[in-house]
Formats: sequence, C-alpha cells, structure tokens
Amino acid sequence: MRIRYFAWLRERTGTSGETIELPETVKTAGELMCWLAARDEGYAFAFEQPETIRIAVNQEHVEEDHILSGTEEVAFFPPMTGG
Amino acid sequence: MSNRTTTGFTVRVQAENFDVLAETEILTKGHKDVGAVVTFTGLCRDEGGTLEALELEHYPGMAEAQISKFARQAVERWPLTGLTIIHRFGKIPPGDNIVLVIATSSHRRAAFEASDFLMDFLKTQAPFWKKEHLREASEGTWVKTRAIDDADAARWHDEKSNNINIP
Repeated sequence: MRIRYFAWLRERTGTSGETIELPETVKTAGELMCWLAARDEGYAFAFEQPETIRIAVNQEHVEEDHILSGTEEVAFFPPMTGG
Repeated sequence: MSNRTTTGFTVRVQAENFDVLAETEILTKGHKDVGAVVTFTGLCRDEGGTLEALELEHYPGMAEAQISKFARQAVERWPLTGLTIIHRFGKIPPGDNIVLVIATSSHRRAAFEASDFLMDFLKTQAPFWKKEHLREASEGTWVKTRAIDDADAARWHDEKSNNINIP
C-alpha cells in the first residue's frame, strides 16, 4: 500500500511517500496512524495529534474509522489552506 | 426536477500564472446568453512588507479531482453558462495571482453565489497547503487554518437536497 505525506507531515516524517505492507492488526486509517507513530521520533512527532490530521484514501477524504482493506493509496495531511 | 442541461466547466491546477482577461473572454466571447460575469482572483499579500513568498504544496490528482467535484456541484446547483477555476502551486511572490474563479450566468445572483461557494470549498476542502516565507526568517511556517473558513463553508449546507458533503 502506498502512503503519502504532505506539508508538515512530509517534513516531520522526512518522506513524501513510501510503500508498506499493511500489518494484519491494522484495520483502519486511525490504527495505521498509531502504527506509524510507533516507528521513530519523526513519525511520533508527525502523528502526535492524530485528531488534527486529515486522511484521504484513493484521493477521497475519509474519517479515521475508514477500513483500509483494498486500499491502494492513503494520504495524511494537515487541514487544507488553499484558495 | 429541472430540465436544464448542466454546463461544463474548466479546472486547471498549474504552476504558471494565468491571464484573467483572456480566461474571461473564453467564457464571454460569442456567448450572447451571458448577462453576468463574476471573477474572483486571490492574490498573494505581502503582509505589511514582511512576506517574501508563499509556497503552495498540493496533492496532484486529488487537487484536480476535489475542485472538479465542487465545480460539478456548482453547475448543478446554479444555472451557470460557464465556469473556470484555476489554482496555482509552487512559490508565489507578493502581488502574484494564486487562484481564479470565473462564473458566468444569465442573471447576476447565480454567478455571485457560485463563485462564493467555490471559494469557500477551495479554502477548506481542496488539498493545498500554504507555507509563508518571511523576509526576516530563515525557515518558512505553515499557514494555520482559520475557524472562519470552516464557518463560511458550512453556510452552503443544503439539508433538503443534501448535495454538499463535508467529511
């Protein structure tokens, strides 16, 4: 599964994207955030306030209880500031 | 149910600047049914001379898809004759254009409202992030969201038709 990070999530994790094998214990987007946060300091910093992070699955906005099975791409990013 | 056919729209996400007059002419020249043109251009402010540039990051693919989703909602909700939305990304200096919405219609209300609606959703739902680079600071800072922007977007909820969904 492809994971993408934008804005300060990209800076804190140190990567704009990566491909992972989804662990069997991780079912939802919220659980994926917890799993990623446990990786190292940078990821912990990126995901320290998961409630502020927005999630997109296959480029559509979803909530953190979204089930990830069959997902090709998950993106994590801060609230948007376009316009 | 309405029998009118919905109008097409143009959505572009690009690094280059855009020409407001040229884009407007595309929607008006030879279109004798147009009675109203509303253009909104968002520009980069210099924040009292402190800002060197804004850097706009975006999610390629999703940015176009999200803007197109709102454009589709706008042409379904208002009787527009034309609609163009352009959003830039990359480093933008003060005074430069950032975003353009042009809505045309037979009568003014539809064009005014559709442009207002689209800007509210571009601000809160299109995957763009602004970073401010100040003259006096070595590192940029990410622009924070403003509660007023969410409140503005919430104005457009239509419970009867339920056609706007903010996740």
